[in-house]
This record gives sequence, C-alpha cells and structure tokens, in this order.
Amino acid sequence: MSTIQPIASELEPHPDVALVARVRGGDVAAYDALVRKYERQIFRIAQHITQNREDAEDVMQDAFLKAYEKLDQFQGNSKFYTWLVRIAVNESLMRLRKRRTGKMVSIDEDVETEEGSVPRDLADWAPDPEQNYTQAELGKILEKTIKGLPPGFRVVFELRDVQGLSTEDTADALGLSIPAVKSRLLRARLQLRERLSRYFRKKKVGEK
Amino acid sequence: MTCSEFLSMLDDLIDDSVTSEMRADLKQHLVGCEHCEVTLSTTRKTIEIYRSHEIYDMPPTLRERLHTAIMARCKKGC
Repeated sequence: MSTIQPIASELEPHPDVALVARVRGGDVAAYDALVRKYERQIFRIAQHITQNREDAEDVMQDAFLKAYEKLDQFQGNSKFYTWLVRIAVNESLMRLRKRRTGKMVSIDEDVETEEGSVPRDLADWAPDPEQNYTQAELGKILEKTIKGLPPGFRVVFELRDVQGLSTEDTADALGLSIPAVKSRLLRARLQLRERLSRYFRKKKVGEK
Repeated sequence: MTCSEFLSMLDDLIDDSVTSEMRADLKQHLVGCEHCEVTLSTTRKTIEIYRSHEIYDMPPTLRERLHTAIMARCKKGC
C-alpha cells in the first residue's frame, strides 16, 4: 500500500491559506470553494459521531456557518481543515448530548475497551473478498462494522485512514495527544479487521 | 522478535514509518509467523476497503441542497 502523502509540503503555503485570506477580505465566492472542498468530509465525520442522518445534516450546516462567523478567531496555527473538523466534532457531540437529554458526551468515551488489542480471529481472507458482495451489501457491512466501535475510534480511523490526515493534524483536530491518536488508530484498525473477518474469511472446505 | 513486539510496530509498518533496519527485522519475523502475516495483510486490506468504498457519502441532491442553504446564509451574513 502506498504511504499516505501529506496534503501539501510544509515548505509551500497550503492552498487554503489564500482562500481564507480572500474570505476575510469579504470574498464569499472563496468560502463557497472551501465549503465545496470539505462538505463531504465534514458530513462523514458528523455521521460517524452522531450516527444519525438528520443530525449530520444539521452539524454540517452549523459547522460551516460557525466557521464563517468565527473566521476572525482562526489564528492560522492550525490548518483551516483541522480547525473546521474541531468545530464539527464539537457540534456533533452537542447533538449527541441533546439526544441523550443532557448526559455528558465526550470523544473519549468507551475507549477503555481491551477488545481488538490482540487479534483472535486469524483466519486468512479470501482473495478480493469484497467481490463476493454487491456494492449495497458491502456498504451495509462496512457501516455496521464501524458502528460497533467507540466514536473516538471511528473518528480517528476516518481522519487518518480514509481522509489521509497526518497523526499530528488528527491530534490537533480532536484535541488529543499524538500517543492517544496512535493507540486509537491501532485498536480501531485491529477491531475493524477482526469484525470484517466474519464476512471476508476464506471458507473452509465443505463450509457454505 | 515476538508477536507482541511485531504487533506494537504494525501501524508504523503499514504507515511506512519504520527504519530500514526495523523493516528488515519485521520482515524476518513474518517469514516464520503465519499469524502475523495474516494480521498484516488483512489489516492492510481493511484500510484499503474503507478507503475505496467511502461510506456515508452524500447523495448529490442532498449535497446541493445543503451547500445552497449554507451559502445563502453566509451571503446574508449568517
């Protein structure tokens, strides 16, 4: 597998820097470009945390509106996208809290599980196992599988492995330490692997 | 190298952030350990499947509706 490449070299300014400067100067079209660039990612993060489509729609809109309103407070120490993710994660947690009638919700909950720290199901997978399912079936399997993980694992996996953020940017976006991101990512990967084995493992001779 | 030691380096190996010396040690362990070989290959496959089949993707109509709503409010000054 190829290595995940950083979005831009550290030496060159990130393309978002110029867009953010234009928005600050009153150019709404530049914000349109930023929204278009990141709306799908923000929606997915909100879905991972809230597990609710309506909430995810609201979170996505509120996150972009809040970022627009507060752009003056954006210091530029973080990348624009990691700052935006932080807003979206907070909005998502607030929605969850509302649904749980005020009970405190944090990105840290349920992470003290030992599940997945040591691989148990060590059966090899069939070659290209996803080919045994239709796209719709596969989508359901992937959603069902990742739903079983704590929210803090789901978001780390989404940011690092699906969206390709660096460990540092993921830590910045989630307000976590780098070791915490690393530990969650390993456990998320191993738990997902273990759970997907149910669907993808090689069938033994005679097994249907 | 034990399986636990291998496992503790699994992410670094997958993310290609190990030294060449460490990579050689990890590969050496894999030669004699089918369990770790399977763990590595299926973990890589897990990531690949999630990366290539993006879940929770927005249907284009929803995307357009939300995008238009956001921009309409921004133009009004939120």
